[in-house]
Order: sequence, then structure tokens, then C-alpha cells
Amino acid sequence: MAGWTRFSRRDLLRVGATGAALAGSAGALSLLAPDAGRASTAAPEPHPGHPRATNHEHDGESHGLSMTIGEVGADAIGIDPTAYLTTFDYGTVSTLPNGQTLREYDIIAFDREIEIAPGVFFPAWTYNGQVPGPTIRCNEGDRLRLHFTNAGTHPHTIHYHGIHSAFMDGVTGIGRGQIEVGEIFTYEFDAAPYGCHLYHCHSQPLKRHIHKGLYGAFIINPDPAKHGALARERHPDHMESEKWQEFVMMMNAFDTTFDGENEVYAINSIAFEYMRHPIRVERDRPVRIYLINVTEFDPINSFHLHANFFNYYDHGTTLEPTLRTVDTIMQCQAQRGILEMSFAGFEPGQYMFHAHQTEFVELGWMSVFEVVE
Amino acid sequence: MSDVTLPEGATVTPDSRKSIWTPRSIALGLLPLVLLAGVLALIVATDGGFGERTAPPIEELSVQRVTLPEPNVIELNVINDGPDPITISQVLVDDAYWQFELDGGRTLGRLESTTITIPYPWVQDEAHAIAIVSETGVVFDAEVAVATESPRTDTGTAARFALIGFYVGVIPVALGLLWYPFLRRLGGGGMRFILALTVGLLVFLSIDMFLEAQEVALTVPHSLEGPLLVPAVALLAFLLLMTVSSRAVTAARRGLSIAYQIALGIGLHNLGEGLAIGAAFALGEVALGVFLVIGFTLHNVTEGVGIAAPMLADRPALSHFVWLTLLAGGPAILGVWIGGFIYSPLWTTIFLAIGIGAIAQVVVEVGRLLARSAERQDIPSLNWTTLGGVTAGIAIMYATALIVAS
Repeated sequence: MAGWTRFSRRDLLRVGATGAALAGSAGALSLLAPDAGRASTAAPEPHPGHPRATNHEHDGESHGLSMTIGEVGADAIGIDPTAYLTTFDYGTVSTLPNGQTLREYDIIAFDREIEIAPGVFFPAWTYNGQVPGPTIRCNEGDRLRLHFTNAGTHPHTIHYHGIHSAFMDGVTGIGRGQIEVGEIFTYEFDAAPYGCHLYHCHSQPLKRHIHKGLYGAFIINPDPAKHGALARERHPDHMESEKWQEFVMMMNAFDTTFDGENEVYAINSIAFEYMRHPIRVERDRPVRIYLINVTEFDPINSFHLHANFFNYYDHGTTLEPTLRTVDTIMQCQAQRGILEMSFAGFEPGQYMFHAHQTEFVELGWMSVFEVVE
Repeated sequence: MSDVTLPEGATVTPDSRKSIWTPRSIALGLLPLVLLAGVLALIVATDGGFGERTAPPIEELSVQRVTLPEPNVIELNVINDGPDPITISQVLVDDAYWQFELDGGRTLGRLESTTITIPYPWVQDEAHAIAIVSETGVVFDAEVAVATESPRTDTGTAARFALIGFYVGVIPVALGLLWYPFLRRLGGGGMRFILALTVGLLVFLSIDMFLEAQEVALTVPHSLEGPLLVPAVALLAFLLLMTVSSRAVTAARRGLSIAYQIALGIGLHNLGEGLAIGAAFALGEVALGVFLVIGFTLHNVTEGVGIAAPMLADRPALSHFVWLTLLAGGPAILGVWIGGFIYSPLWTTIFLAIGIGAIAQVVVEVGRLLARSAERQDIPSLNWTTLGGVTAGIAIMYATALIVAS
């Protein structure tokens, strides 16, 4: 009975007026009758010449209806989303007089619109025109020179999560501080400690600068000479690493309405991208994921793997797992780690992984591995 | 003052004597329009001096109707309410991206509308939130307040709707009119009291309708200026009815003619009520609220008294009572049908506004009757009897409205 007693005459009209579930077929009385002739157009149309193969046997429809529709453009995030997973930038390499390896990188910050769901565009601030920015990878102990140009419209910095001097910290008001629009600055330090790290803009206001897209992965390979045989597994110069299938995944999100709540959640920026284009994994080679959480506005994000378990190395700064045999881990913002798993002997097929905040899942953070023989 | 005679020797100014259809006067009439066109062309050509527009597009999308035509389907009718085109890119239901189909293209021009069909397994009696995401990520919200299948357009539903309209419109008006013989026995003072009571009822109704109309008007696409339409349409309706009714009517017919005018005004009011009930019925809420229908019925009995009041001095034929009942009560049925099957905030606003104008006109007419009656007995038209009547009228409406509002 409570239902109707709260209902006034005016409420009746209000309910009617808010468009809340009003009865009716096409409005004969409506001044603005919808176009006749029902040409059902599933929006948006796929972009021709999309470089990635779509798995037609497992297109969006077969994964259920709870998904975005359409395809993003080929240049949605400034880099092919599948290529991003496995693209590591080792920089321009030379050797310093003292024998130390020098790696140089050019990073330019500029404004660029990215497509975070089919047909939904976000006015991003980017490193090198892509979100996430390029994955910077190097070996422990290398000298890094990161030439940063601010070609954006606001002062930016690059704040590396690693060990370096205060001057090189890339934070507003500390050391070199903000790099103004048009300025160039070279961040320089030795790569340490080994692990799975990140870099991001630390200008003020901080939330806005991170959320707009200024972040990227920063991976330092452990030195087997210092840490022993296990380190070879993560070091590309050693054959023990060759069997590994490595992927970079940044858990991020976008607040398209700028109200402090995200409308899109994803790994690597595009909602449901790796549902539509599953990540191909060879069954008998182990999988290593560099997982980094840069989600803004929500305190934590998480990773849950279906039908399998994995070992987890928090921050990737150890060679022994910090968590063994888990299928779900969570990370606060800027927390990251390495996930190692194996599908050896598994039945080929699609193995899902996603945040286990179901809210995030339904807003885009849902993906699958296509495990093949 | 209708015959204006010119003073002796005065001449009419030469210009007013000429025909306005000479080439010269046509040119003079068109000159400002030509200049206006020139200025507009200049503004367009020079961007009005603002330079190239860099601001993002202004995106507005107004959800006109949400329906659940069958299980697992949600349908939205939306209209581009803003100055720029808008592109519908994605749709969320309960914070989950969901597949959908559009009735036509993705991009809507100004005032263009489309139907969004979402294959969503909605849950009976629960609420669902729908969000439409534009190309720039702007989100437009809609809601299903209580999920229940929208009534189908079939004879069974139409009959049930008609019955509800009959209960809330026709029956109370008819019952109210049954007081006619009783009211006739009242003396001059009693009659004036009843007329004043009618004024009170109608004043209350028109204020009530104005407030309702303003609320509906807020959901009319912004560019159609719904809140402004209410007073504008009400004023025009009022003036039109005043013009029509000012033609000479014999004294004997005047009372009956006012009764018909009141019936028309009340009919429009009941149409608005029917619309509201029909619209809410689609939600399944009114279906539960038998008491709500009782409330409306009680509330509307007083309307019959209002119609009866002005013709107490006449002896109209019985058929008039039937017609008056249908005119005042029948539109409720029509309203439930429209509200239940095809709902449009714009038309609801316009109907309500016409009703306000109609009732205002009737208030004037009844006021004249009151004044004439008082004049005949040589007492001031505003006296304690009439004030008491007006107060009683407002009080009765207020009290019966409480039943519905509770």
C-alpha cells in the first residue's frame, strides 16, 4: 500500500512527464513523431581496414548483450590496442665511457582526443599521443635519459616510480618542478629497483593530470648477475625468458562527464576491447602480465582470472611470489605487480579475466584470453 | 465610444487614405525585412565577429518516453533538444554498457527524434536507470520507475482505461449534478453562496492545473519553451473563449450557456487528470491504487455542483444534463487513453494550459452572474455570503486533494 499513498496528483503528472516508463506505441500525438520505416542501424559502424582480426566465432553477441556496440577506430588510443600489450620501448641505446648502458627516450606531451568506447571520445592529455603512454623498459642499472617536451596546453611533468634524486622527481614545486608549455627537460637517473613500475604526470591539480591520460608503464628487468638464475626468466637477453608471453595491462578509467565518477573502465583505455579482440595465448607457454592500476576516483581496482590461478609479485620487486595460487588480487592506485600463470594442458578456449568489482566489469573492464594449442 | 466622429474641419492625414497595396507602400513595408536579411547574412558571413567556434558542441537530449513493450525490451523515444547535432554512441542500463538498436541514424539533427530499442531483461516491479552516452561522453539519464509491461493497444486495455476514466470523470460529475433539484430550493442567498463556492472550486482548480502544467512543461524539449507556453496558451484560450461567449445571449440562455462553458473548462481539466492517470497506469502504479481512483472520484464530485450552480434560475431540459456530464466527464476517458497509450509532454502541457484559460473565463462568467444576482437585491456583490462560498469552495478542493496527495 505504501506505493500509491506517496503518490499525489502532481506526482502522477511528474511520473508521466519524466518519461518514466510511459505507455504507448509510436506517438501519434507526438509533435515530433519518430521517422517512419524502421531501418534498424546498429551503431556505430565498424571501421574499415581495422588492423586486428576480430574473432567472428566469438563476437560481441555471443558474449552476451552487456557490452558496448561497434568498433573503435584504428587509431583510437594512438597505438593499436593489441600491439600495445606487447610493445616495449627499450630506447636508443649507447654505452657511456664508464661502460654503463645509456638508454635515451623522447617523450612529448600533447593534447589528443582518444576513443575510449566505440563512438565515445575523450579529450585526453597524452605522452607521445597514446594512452597509456609508451611502455618504457630497461635493465636494472642502466642510465636513463628521458627527454621530455611539453607540447601540451598545461604545465606537465613526468614522475617516475623508481629510485632517483629529489631534483628528478617530476613533481610541482620540487626539484625541476613543472615543465611549462614549450619547455624541454631531460630526466636522468639509474634504473632501480627492478620490477613493474609506472610513470605519470605529477602537475597540479593532480587528479586531473592523471585522469586525463598522462601515465605509462615503466618496467625494469632484474639483473641476473645480482639476483641469480630466477632473474633470467624476466630478462630478454637470456633464453630462459623466451618462453614467456608477456603483456602490459594498465587498469584505467575515464570520467567523460567530469563529475568525479568514471563512465568507462578498461585495461589499456578501451571498454571491452579485449572481449571483442581476445588476447591470443599459446597454451604451452607461460603468461606474464605486468599489471598496473592507474584508475582515478575509485580507491581500488582488481584482477580476477577465470578457471585458473596465478602467482603474484607485488611491485615485481621480488623474484619469489608475494602471493601464491590466487585467482584474484587487488591494487590501490599506482600499485602494480607481476602475474604469472600457465595454461599448459588446459582445454583450448576462452578464459575470461576482469575486475571483480562487477560495476567495473559492466562498464568495460572485461577481457578474455583465447588459449590456443 | 464606437462611433468616432472627426471634429468639424479636421482632415484625415493623406497617408492613411492611400491603399497599402501600391508598389511604394509594399516597398516601404519590405524595407526593414530586406535590411534584416542583409544584417543576418553579414553576421553569418563574418561569424558575428566571434571568430571560429572552438567550444565543444552543446549536446542536449530529451527523453520523451520510456516504454517496456514486452519482456526483455526497453524502448526509449528521445529527441535532440539542443542547437547542435548529437550522436548517440553507447547506452547503459543500470551502469552496464548494453547492446541497442536505433530507429534510423546515430546522429540526430536539431529537434530530430529516434527510438532506442534495448534488449534488456528488466525485472518486474523494480527500477532501472538508463543512460545514453553521446560522442563526447555526455550522459543523459532516463528511468523506469517501476518496471511493468506497458499496456498494449488492444480493446481490452482500452475498455479498462475507459472504465477508469468513467469512474474519475463521468460518475462524479453526474453525481454532482444530481444536487441540482436540491440547490434549486435554495433562496437568493443560498444560490449566491453556491455560485461563490463554484468560483472557489474553479480558482483552486486553475491554480492546481497551472502548477501541474509547469511541471510537465519542464519535460517538454527545452527549445519549445514549455514553461512559457503555459501562460501564453492559457491567456489565448481565455481571450478566445471570452470573445466567443461575448456574443449576445438571451438572459434565459445565459445561465445554461455558462454551465456549458464551465463543463468545457472542467472537461479540459479532467482530460489533464485522465492523461496523468493513464500515464501512471502504464507504470502499474495506479492499477494498485484503487484508493487513488476513489480519491479522484470524490475530488471531482464538487465539479458537478459547479456546473449546476449557474443554471439554478433556469429549467433546462434533462438532455442538457446528459450533455453537460459528457462534456465535463467524458474527456477523462479520452485522457486516460492518450496518457496510457501515447503520451507527449508537449500536448499534455497544451491541454492543461487551454484548461486553465477555459476555467479562468468561467470564473469571470460566474462572477458576473453573482454580481447581477447581488445587484438585483441591491447588496454588494462581495459580501460575507460570497466570501464564505469562495472559502468553502477552496477548502473543499483542498480537503479532497489531500485524499489523493496523502
